[in-house]
Amino acid sequence: MSTSATQIDEVKTTPWAGGRSPFSVEYGKIMMWFFLLSDAFTFSSLLISYGALRFSSAAWPAPGIVFKAFPYVSENAPLVFVGLMTFILIMSSVTMVLAVEAGHRGAKKEVVRWMLLTIVGGLMFLGCQALEWTHLHSEGFWWGSVPKIDELKNFYDVTATPLVMTTYGHQFANLFFTITGFHGFHVFSGVVINIIITINVLAGTYEKRGSYLMVEKVGLYWHFVDLVWVFVFTFFYLV
Amino acid sequence: MSETAHTEHTEHAGEHEGMTKKRIWNVFWVLTAITSVEFIIALYLVPHEVFGMTYHAANPIYIVLTLAKAFFIVGYFMHLKFEKTGLIFAIVVPVLFIIGLILVLTNESHHWIDLRM
Repeated sequence: MSTSATQIDEVKTTPWAGGRSPFSVEYGKIMMWFFLLSDAFTFSSLLISYGALRFSSAAWPAPGIVFKAFPYVSENAPLVFVGLMTFILIMSSVTMVLAVEAGHRGAKKEVVRWMLLTIVGGLMFLGCQALEWTHLHSEGFWWGSVPKIDELKNFYDVTATPLVMTTYGHQFANLFFTITGFHGFHVFSGVVINIIITINVLAGTYEKRGSYLMVEKVGLYWHFVDLVWVFVFTFFYLV
Repeated sequence: MSETAHTEHTEHAGEHEGMTKKRIWNVFWVLTAITSVEFIIALYLVPHEVFGMTYHAANPIYIVLTLAKAFFIVGYFMHLKFEKTGLIFAIVVPVLFIIGLILVLTNESHHWIDLRM
């Protein structure tokens, strides 16, 4: 009897040979990735319909005029407030990735500290968004409503007929509140999930488990929320 | 059981060599810098038409800069750059279809505007 195994008897060890994840990623994490991919489709469909409507419009409210107020500070500071919001969200993404990094070292106290800062960042962002919505609402924008035409025309930097201004003003208002609202809802869920995970960290759940992988998974979600904001920021405020 | 935990741990360690504190802060500075450039374009270059920068010329620049930011967030913060090639493709390839849809509809919306005029 020969002791050397023939080639066909050898157990295959390639990533796709079975018996383990070909992606070398834990199940929950890969499912988070696929959830985020589906969420990316949802946000894309919203942003693509926004783009198609806006680029086919005869006139669209000018971002530099609509978003020129910094609540309580200045009535004429175009884009500064949204700049602050963007900075807050990028900053909270950094604290989140620092929490993940601390988790790899098993440094529980550091994880808690960075998670708390991430939560604070998320709450600050939500606060800013509430102010932004309140401001636009006080000017007369809301789902299905725009300011009266003599006020509405001040939000355009081109001339157009009242009908065109009202029609596309409505499109703008609906899309703005729907898209930033849907994003804000994601931020809100993210904050809630981050709080739950922080409580688990404090309770020592992941210490016992020997891995802070859950922090990584919520981290993925949180970065995705930041990623969506990067696109919302570009297409609503810059373009 | 302990053997399984050990294997997971080793895989885990290898998987995360990518991100150190220093690297995290580097990515932060890159993101901040890109955002600052976008602000300079929107608040200074376009209003004053510096370098002949018009509204229409600025838009493609914003989009390129946004995609660059997306690359840094997904690649480094979400760690995708350091994952297995299979996972990278599983996530990135479907997104290419979104980009295709954007290109198609942007082109189409320019046609719609002609129909409406």
